[in-house]
Amino acid sequence: MWERVLVKKVKATLMDATGMEQTVTRLAHEIIERHPDLASLALVGIQRRGEFLARRIVEAIRRHTASEVKFGTVDVTFHRDDFRTRLPAPRVGPTKIAFGVDDLHIVLVDDVLFTGRTVRAAMNSLMDFGRPASIELAVLVDRGYRELPIQADYVGYSRPTSVNEQIHVHVVDVDGTDEVLLMEYGE
Amino acid sequence: MSEPAISIKHLLGLEGVSRQDIQTLLDTGFSFREVLDRPIKKVPTLTGINVVNLFFESSTRTRISFELAEKRLSADVTNFAASASSLNKGEGLKDTIQNIHAMRMDAVVMRHPAPGSTRQLSQFVDAVVINAGDGTHEHPTQGLLDMMSLQERFGHLKGLKIGIIGDIAHSRVALSNIFGLITMGAEIKVCGPGHLIPPYISDLGVSINCDVDEVLEWADAVNVLRIQRERMGEGIIPSVREYRNRFGITNERLSKHRKEIVILHPGPINRGVEIDSDVADGDQAVILDQVLNGVAVRMSVLFHLLGSRLSEGEA
Repeated sequence: MWERVLVKKVKATLMDATGMEQTVTRLAHEIIERHPDLASLALVGIQRRGEFLARRIVEAIRRHTASEVKFGTVDVTFHRDDFRTRLPAPRVGPTKIAFGVDDLHIVLVDDVLFTGRTVRAAMNSLMDFGRPASIELAVLVDRGYRELPIQADYVGYSRPTSVNEQIHVHVVDVDGTDEVLLMEYGE
Repeated sequence: MSEPAISIKHLLGLEGVSRQDIQTLLDTGFSFREVLDRPIKKVPTLTGINVVNLFFESSTRTRISFELAEKRLSADVTNFAASASSLNKGEGLKDTIQNIHAMRMDAVVMRHPAPGSTRQLSQFVDAVVINAGDGTHEHPTQGLLDMMSLQERFGHLKGLKIGIIGDIAHSRVALSNIFGLITMGAEIKVCGPGHLIPPYISDLGVSINCDVDEVLEWADAVNVLRIQRERMGEGIIPSVREYRNRFGITNERLSKHRKEIVILHPGPINRGVEIDSDVADGDQAVILDQVLNGVAVRMSVLFHLLGSRLSEGEA
């Protein structure tokens, strides 16, 4: 019997550091535009890379408006629906929401929007902290293939992919470089 | 598919559990601590999982702690309590095993007076087995929550100097602490009445010192064991007063040392015997943190053990 060996190779670079910076700035502007009252806004990054993207959007909002937007992180491991079929993540990141979420407009931030299950889990997790006025979603890349009726309100880059493709978002804080890669798996 | 986060299938004791597994259980324990600070202290992780708590020996805090951990993970909980005296031990355990097998339980949390009983159970049932105390053998989740409380206070375990004071010979808390902490690189001195320290204990890598003041001078933290008053009738300890004078942790005794010594106690506390009230309620005591960490680390144990079992069987 031959063992199938899957090779992963970079098919395209979708964003480099400059492109990512521009996209993050644009997302920040779109968020500001829809939320004139920044005091009632909070950005919550989904662990792990969503945290760093959310941090950058908060930073971009500060640069342009000189106001500090509330910032938190959420880890969805305990709320995932695939606990029975997949191994639990060895590393559970911190959930830090140091403000009351009641009546706030919350923007969840993630790197890639795919099935929508992570976002569903993140919304459930947020509800454990109270009753936000609204929840919106900002993603750097939307790669399609939704399994739940979830759409992003702010999309950095939309790229329909096939099943043997993957989007890898690298952020300098975790991976040492800022880039978005389209990966392909083949034999 | 990625490797399971931990390599053990059951938690029967901390003996032989790797450093990496212990660290993973503690780290996830801290993640669950955060869940316990939320307005809604419950996550849906173990929805549809059946856990039975079998207590053949009386227990209040361990049973409640496990039950809370299970409920906060959304598991379905069944409790079974029986006093040891009402059961013929051998026959009782055999029946229990057959019943659990027939009931298709996902996990069994068991406390039993016979050392090794949970290991026996794990060999015959197709369920995750968690030891909640087997006689004088081990009480692994207590060991984990003690380590979690120490890590919370000091930021690390490696190199910590820990004194364990009391009846070492009959203490499963002591044994689980020793196995766990030695694996994590801490140093341990055991201390207590000479006849309650088994000579073989030094084979486990701990040193023995029967002078409590010397141990306090050396230690960063001490784990004060409960003096089991129910054993007084057996003549193990001559009198409560004598024990307090020689081994009791009092403010007077602690004030002789200029450093702050962190105090742990597994509970229930005999105030005025092994520890004085003002010490137990003082700032250096982490006794109530231990209670909170107990729920969190038991959630971590259930999460990891059931997670790797399910992914193996049903994926």
